[in-house]
Amino acid sequence: MKALSKKRRHPLAAVALLLFGLLITGSLYTAAGNIQEAKAAETSTASQSDIEEGGKLFVANCATCHGKNAEGTNDGPSLIGVGAAAVDFQVGTGRMPMQMQGPQAQVKPVQFDDEQISQLAAYVASLGAGPAIPDEQYLDTSEGDAAHGGTVFRVNCAMCHNAAAAGGALTRGKFAPTLTGVEEKHIYEAMATGPQNMPVFNDSNITPTEKRDVITFLKTIEANGSAGGAALGSLGPVAEGLFIWTAGLGIVIAFTIWLTSRPS
Amino acid sequence: MAANTTEYTAATKTGRIADFVDSRVGGSAMVKEFGRKIFPDHWSFMFGEVALYTFVLLLLSGTFLTFFFDPSMAHVTYNGSYVPLKGVGMSTAMASTLDISFDVRGGLFMRQVHHWSALLFVASVSVHMLRVFFTGAFRRPRELNWIVGGVLLILGLAAGFTGYSLPDDLLSGNGLRIIDGVMKALPIAGTYLSMFFFGGEFPGEHVIPRLYSLHIMIVPAMILLMVAIHLFMVVVHKHTQYPGPGRTNNNVVGFPVGPVYAAKAGGFFFIVFGIIALISGLFQINPVWNYGPYDPSPVSAGTQPDWYIGFVDGALRLMPGVLGNFSFEWVIPFPWGDNTLILNVLLPALVPAGALFAVMFAWPWIERWVTKDNREHHLLDRPRNAPFRTAVGVAGVVFYSVMWAAASSDLIATHFHVSLNDVTYWLRTLFFLGPVVAFFLTRRICLSLQRKDREIVLHGREAGIIEMSPEGGFSEKHEQVDVYRRYVLTNFNDRQYIPAEPDAAGHISRKEKRRAKISKFFFEDRVAPVTPSELEAAHAAHGHHEVEGDKKSESLES
Repeated sequence: MKALSKKRRHPLAAVALLLFGLLITGSLYTAAGNIQEAKAAETSTASQSDIEEGGKLFVANCATCHGKNAEGTNDGPSLIGVGAAAVDFQVGTGRMPMQMQGPQAQVKPVQFDDEQISQLAAYVASLGAGPAIPDEQYLDTSEGDAAHGGTVFRVNCAMCHNAAAAGGALTRGKFAPTLTGVEEKHIYEAMATGPQNMPVFNDSNITPTEKRDVITFLKTIEANGSAGGAALGSLGPVAEGLFIWTAGLGIVIAFTIWLTSRPS
Repeated sequence: MAANTTEYTAATKTGRIADFVDSRVGGSAMVKEFGRKIFPDHWSFMFGEVALYTFVLLLLSGTFLTFFFDPSMAHVTYNGSYVPLKGVGMSTAMASTLDISFDVRGGLFMRQVHHWSALLFVASVSVHMLRVFFTGAFRRPRELNWIVGGVLLILGLAAGFTGYSLPDDLLSGNGLRIIDGVMKALPIAGTYLSMFFFGGEFPGEHVIPRLYSLHIMIVPAMILLMVAIHLFMVVVHKHTQYPGPGRTNNNVVGFPVGPVYAAKAGGFFFIVFGIIALISGLFQINPVWNYGPYDPSPVSAGTQPDWYIGFVDGALRLMPGVLGNFSFEWVIPFPWGDNTLILNVLLPALVPAGALFAVMFAWPWIERWVTKDNREHHLLDRPRNAPFRTAVGVAGVVFYSVMWAAASSDLIATHFHVSLNDVTYWLRTLFFLGPVVAFFLTRRICLSLQRKDREIVLHGREAGIIEMSPEGGFSEKHEQVDVYRRYVLTNFNDRQYIPAEPDAAGHISRKEKRRAKISKFFFEDRVAPVTPSELEAAHAAHGHHEVEGDKKSESLES
């Protein structure tokens, strides 16, 4: 004990302590990451035949940009480790296969049926562990807390998607789309995988239960409709100002012309 | 009074009560005087009325809201009936706004009436001022009333902004944060001012009650005072009128207040009320429940102020932080330490709005100085007949509108599928070029319209009847305009370039030279009104072109 207290004033003690601290943090982080990956890998219940079918679909429809083994090319990123959730989101919302190159992939009619999408997802998931398609329990909005979800949404999502989830602009033609009418599953997957320009909100950032709360919030405000009349696109004061200058003043001017229509 | 007049006694009970009151307050004399005031009729004269009526609506609906609104910033947990915010911590101000919206009967409707009226109030004040500007109604003797109107506009903005912040929701809190930033950007006094205003660090717990006092007492009282002065001056000066036959600088042609205008104006109040009620019943405004309670960390996409503050927000959005290597954030080394001059906030927040209001307030004097026209004007200009003024006005409108558009740059980007950066670059260019192009374009359009008017007076309207002469040539008949129309087309102020004139001592001052330069710039190109001799000459030449239906003008002319 005496030896230890003597050495604590050693010039290298601080460095040793720092290294020790870093080592512990790093190991814990890796362990946590491994656990999550393990969990993700566990939940994929795809059969070998699904993976094979998915592989065929992949080569026929995706390999042009993403490479024959999903290793990525100049036209598209590598898909190794993006997980089944990413495929389910991108293909399931019609963003992939991409119609054309642009600032970001646009939504278009979905090109594959559910079975084909799950086969594609299974194939990509088999290439490397990544976020899996979420469990039903995390999509059940009857279990979620809309008020807490709203708080999480305002802090994490509203700066791009707008407080009423009406969408908003990003730089250079990119944008955050409206979240009205998006399926619960796809909202969850977007948070987990961060499609296009969206950041990833992993499970330690926003926990699966909180993700469910966010989905509950979005579905609640969607179902509530807009109190007080037509929402004018939920775009805030710009839409309101435009409305009063066009419709409001327009009606007023029509009446003033009527009132003074008898020339003096 | 003659001795044989007996004391008047009314026949009915109502009559007796009316007589009792009248003999004590002398109401009939006022009615006699005021009821016979004449007001001219034109749709563009009614925007001031719209402003007045929306202000009355604001007072009525605002009073209702004060019954239920609690402007405290004390923290509470919301437990009302709006589920997506249940259990969320917020200020009492926000909670009571939600209660007004969801738990007070008719509360949401009254909130919407209040907010929509506010938007229409400032819009109608603005349109009214534009009308006054473009028709030259601000000229002597009405310069001071123009100033009062400008003050009313600023007070309207102040009322709007203080009210907008009261619910303490996320959107208005972001707006208040920008105000805090602008305040702190002021050199030396900024930080102290901000600390004083917010009672400590932003947001503090004092700002909402303070804004509330301003919003429900000080600002409306000042607006009321200014409205009283404004209306008093309108009565003193009498209303202006558009040029027309029988209308001179010394009369007013129109209807008397009693009974025509009292009925029209009274009815119009209810029409405006009805329009606002209809809009408020059908269209949502400022859904604070969507924005959630204020918290300094989140900022929502699509965060804008109400439309009338938009141009300042737009100027802030247009301002670059750095230009290449040149930074607008200047660090000034003082002996006691470095102080920062934040020009990238200070310039856009204060300069464009300041310049706009300065020119607006000074314009009556600028115009008087340049034109040397100090006469009283009760006849209005048609905008085309004052090309220089119309051009300056349109340049101002374009300048304002560019900043206004910049406040919605993000929505322009998403809705027209263009890049947000490109929108900003374009608007920056337009900020400088737009007003200049608008000035020259507008002046050219005005001059062309004046030439067209001349053409119509001298040669008549194209009748659309093609005649073939015996030789086989074709010509179109021209219809002479009737004398009423001709009066409108020919009767306007002919402003000309006035070269620099020496003063009493024979000197031409530098100021006078400058005036002459501006006068030349404004009035070098001009279209003169048709003179009677020109008209006669033209008619002599074109006499055979006259067509049927022109007998009215003939008889009127004789």
